[in-house]
Amino acid sequence: MSTTLAPPREPSGAPADVSSRRLTERVFRVRESGIIVVLALFVLITALIQPRFVSSSNIQFILVNTSVYALVALGETMVIISRNVDLSVQSVLALSAYLSTSLFGHVHGIPIPVVFLVGLGIGLACGVANGLMVSLGRVPSLVVTLATLYIIQGIDILVVGGNEVVASSLPAGFVAIPNVAVLGIPWLAVAIAAVIGAGAYYLRSFRSGRELYAIGSNPDGARLAGIPVARRVFTAFTLCGGIAGVAGVLWASQYQTINTSAGGNNFSLIVIAAVVVGGVAIFGGSGSAVGAAIGALLLETISSALNVLGISDFWDQAIAGFLLLVAITLDRLITIRLAAALRTRSARDGT
Amino acid sequence: MEPDRGAPPPETGPELGGQTPAGAAPAVWRSRLTPRQLVRWETGLAVVVIAIGILGASTSSQFLTGSNMLNLGLQSGEIAIMALPMTLIIISGEIDLSVASIMGMSSALLGYLFGKGWPLLAIFAVLLLVGVVAGAINGLLVTRVGLPSLAVTIGTLGLYRGVAFIVLGPHTIANFPVAYTNIGIFGVLNTNLSFSAAVFIVLAVIFGVVLHFTPVGRSIYAMGASPEAAIFAGIRVKRVKTMLFIVSGVTCAMAGALLTFRLSTAVNTNGIGLELDVVAIVLLGGVSIFGGKGTIVGVVLGVLAFAGISNALLLTNFNQEAASIPIGGLLLISVFVPQMAAFSGRLRDVIARRRRSAPALGAGHE
Repeated sequence: MSTTLAPPREPSGAPADVSSRRLTERVFRVRESGIIVVLALFVLITALIQPRFVSSSNIQFILVNTSVYALVALGETMVIISRNVDLSVQSVLALSAYLSTSLFGHVHGIPIPVVFLVGLGIGLACGVANGLMVSLGRVPSLVVTLATLYIIQGIDILVVGGNEVVASSLPAGFVAIPNVAVLGIPWLAVAIAAVIGAGAYYLRSFRSGRELYAIGSNPDGARLAGIPVARRVFTAFTLCGGIAGVAGVLWASQYQTINTSAGGNNFSLIVIAAVVVGGVAIFGGSGSAVGAAIGALLLETISSALNVLGISDFWDQAIAGFLLLVAITLDRLITIRLAAALRTRSARDGT
Repeated sequence: MEPDRGAPPPETGPELGGQTPAGAAPAVWRSRLTPRQLVRWETGLAVVVIAIGILGASTSSQFLTGSNMLNLGLQSGEIAIMALPMTLIIISGEIDLSVASIMGMSSALLGYLFGKGWPLLAIFAVLLLVGVVAGAINGLLVTRVGLPSLAVTIGTLGLYRGVAFIVLGPHTIANFPVAYTNIGIFGVLNTNLSFSAAVFIVLAVIFGVVLHFTPVGRSIYAMGASPEAAIFAGIRVKRVKTMLFIVSGVTCAMAGALLTFRLSTAVNTNGIGLELDVVAIVLLGGVSIFGGKGTIVGVVLGVLAFAGISNALLLTNFNQEAASIPIGGLLLISVFVPQMAAFSGRLRDVIARRRRSAPALGAGHE
């Protein structure tokens, strides 16, 4: 699961006892292990206090609520791994949510998959715009996507105006998407887990996926190594946009009232927080899509746990923010420790 | 901040970080603004501001009236104030996304303590302290623990806003004394200058002097341009950066009080989402996201452009929130203009390569 592109510091001619040491090292090296432990502890403690927390309906609720965030986090992960950032996902999501679902009102009996394709198309278009500017213009993605966040949001406001898509205009099959469950597991969560799995596999095992890590670790080095940096970064932004577009349609199926505030005020920053909590380095080069999804799951689990424990929602934000700080601080401390340990070892083995 | 910038890459992953030399600075870094181009950007921005003024005046007879200037100052005063410390932080090579949350936390505390019957002077002291602490947490995590400020301040964005939620809950506090809430209605000393705009002007002068005419100001540029060189030059990079975050915290806490009195309401969502507006203004003003470049004059012009566009659209009955389109557009221009020279250079390279690889085609045309 660890997809850090760390230089393999395995000493040549490893001594015999190295294999056991390697195993523990591997466990520690998996960046996600920390957050999985936190998640498990959190679920365990909450369940001990309030068993209702692990009831099938509550688990279902958590999984469905995580879905949209985890999905967008996949796209954001690809972008962040390449040492970029996409702040515009929230306005892409809002625009796609409105435009695609307003088709239900305009075109009678339009098939649901077509609506998803429209959402995908809108997202891809936004992603292509971001990708072209960042990769060809070689301008900082933080600024470009801040600008497109504004522009797409403005377009959304102009298009939507005071209108909104209401639940009654949505077909029953569409509204049911988040609720269809088999054996207590919502299909939506399964489908999204599959997509994230595929994304993680792509990042981990495909050449073009691995190259995103290389670009994020050292953009100049990647260029010198012959990696088509511009093309890879462009692809990452395009995928991220497309994913945000699809997520917009899913968001609509879940919340069913779609106006300009779809997705909420801080959606992009919440997604980035989930990605970073999930162990993806904000400056690129390491982390995994699975970690980002677990990060999203953790944030949602916390908010649900507070709810179940009867603590007011108002504590949500503070705890999520605090957790993000703890996550990055711990990651940093572990990194320093590990680097020191590896350095002493390679120094010892080198002599 | 923006991952592509030239600051030393943070030690991410178990990759024996810290051994990467500063030479790993990306290519973008080398093709940055020259001072001449920078002057050009600010002149260009001044032209834009004047154009907004003319356009606004021609579409609405109210635009250049005194009462509208008061409105303009009221609408944008607090955002403008927060843009000043943000300018210094971005020039130093960091970013602070928690500004609007500090503002919200300060506003919520003001409401809460006032509701408890505290005297306002004591509340102001508490807000000041809260600003210092909030900024110090940001600054220490960034400088002493060595975390990227982008990630830290996304975390504190949630944390500080969370404190506002916890403190105030769903309540709304609105019965502030009229002497204070008047700053949301009248200008200073019967002029059309809003109180927040007056504060902004005073602070802009102070920040401008500090940034452009003191050793501390020069050290801020130095650490933004090259953190390693700044350390070798004996600049106390960590201390100065921590101070900048604290100044930002205090300023934003103060802006929170101004916002609360102007709206004469304290709710837990006060100022939510303004952080990106503040960053946009600073970048619009020609400050480089990579650090090391930018001026207070540029940022003041950025404030005027931002405020002017929002206000002009409001007067023309255009959907005011769609002001984000021209603001986003300007932001794109601001980032592409300095890249133009490099971009055309790359374009020439590509064309030259095409010519070489297809000489027959080129000859055929001639």
